[in-house]
Amino acid sequence: MLRIKPDQKQRVTLTVNGKSMAGYAEPRMLLTDFLRHELGLYGTHVGCEHGVCGACTAIIDGAATRSCLRYAVQCDGMEIRTVEGLADADGTLNTLQKAFNENGALQCGFCTAGILMSSTKFLQENPKPSDAEIRDMLSGHICRCTGYEQIVRAIRQASGQ
Amino acid sequence: MKPVAFEYCRPDTLGEALDLLKEFGGDASIVSGGLSLGAMLNMRLVRPKALIDINGLEELGKLEAGDAMIRTGTLIRQAAAMNMPELMSGVPLLQKALPHVGHYQTRSRGTLGGSVAHADPSAEIPLTLVTLAGAVTLRSPGGSRDVPAREFFHGLLTTDRRADELVTGLTWPIRRDRTGYAFDELAQRHGDFAITAVAAAVTVGGDGNIADLSFGLGGVEDRPFVAATAGFVGKPATAETAADIANTVAEAVDPMVDLQANADYRRQLVRVLGARVLMAAFDDATGQQEAA
Repeated sequence: MLRIKPDQKQRVTLTVNGKSMAGYAEPRMLLTDFLRHELGLYGTHVGCEHGVCGACTAIIDGAATRSCLRYAVQCDGMEIRTVEGLADADGTLNTLQKAFNENGALQCGFCTAGILMSSTKFLQENPKPSDAEIRDMLSGHICRCTGYEQIVRAIRQASGQ
Repeated sequence: MKPVAFEYCRPDTLGEALDLLKEFGGDASIVSGGLSLGAMLNMRLVRPKALIDINGLEELGKLEAGDAMIRTGTLIRQAAAMNMPELMSGVPLLQKALPHVGHYQTRSRGTLGGSVAHADPSAEIPLTLVTLAGAVTLRSPGGSRDVPAREFFHGLLTTDRRADELVTGLTWPIRRDRTGYAFDELAQRHGDFAITAVAAAVTVGGDGNIADLSFGLGGVEDRPFVAATAGFVGKPATAETAADIANTVAEAVDPMVDLQANADYRRQLVRVLGARVLMAAFDDATGQQEAA
């Protein structure tokens, strides 16, 4: 059994976007804060910190889910995909990112990382979604700029429809 | 918006988890998906000395199917449940309720048992279990006990679970013949907490009359419950009866008042959603008979 004292810093190793990365976390450190402040990956955003806004969504151990409702120590040894893993090393955007760009599916960009990660996993599971299915998936994200229509269009385009 | 400092414990066996519950008494929180608890921890609405993470207990992630019941281990994720054909066809009310539970990004992690243990009065999974007269299995160092779902929920976030007990599984009665199931709710946005949720399981006899009726309400009072509807057994399964039942129940409930809705509004939702859901359950029941 693993037990970590409240003030004890535990070494946590994750495979982030295919690369092994490690840092230290006390039990209450959120995965979002670990990614940002221990690993320096600022692409995952912190919004409401209670699982409602969707900004922090990442692919954790194969599931698109909230990283603000997970503690880093829970994720030791897991595989995490974040927005930093989408574009090529030279900065070339992937199909989904390009579709967001071309459809004006972002303005301030605060919610975008989370939506991109949800959509990445969603399109793997459901490669040709209907608009209703896209909207249902998007209901787990709050965007205060674009009004969602362009986001739906971008995801549809990325799915080749 | 950061939790208080707590000890993190990840037991490898059920025995270890129960030992931890004994050690910490009521000062520990048990986490499965953490979708509800995590929010409360971050807001410091709960301040546990220890967090007991049961996600490593594989034995709690199993589904066991019997002739009349399906038992789901507490750790089965909501999204995984939606992809279990045996569970979805065996328990159609759960199939109808699950798409209303949170969002794609929360169902992927949230568990069936966690939602029941958390006992939010507007949550869909507890309402479904209560409507179907299912049961909750609890384990403590002293042994195991099954509590009928209709007795498990005591009030807002309060259940029959003692501090030394762990919810290990849920028991779902399998669909019955000539029985229709329906679920609907109103929330500000799809997937948000329901202002009012309604579930129905109705058996319709060959004569077109109601033979058995279970009409469940969530988000109305401080716990999910089935309304008293025995007086309507034997009445014809028609739109008029559906409206009668919903109107009668709407007068009898004592609704919660919060920022989203006052008592009159919740009563009105019981009338409108109630009649709609009952009618859908009648149609579901009679449709099966016509198909057969």
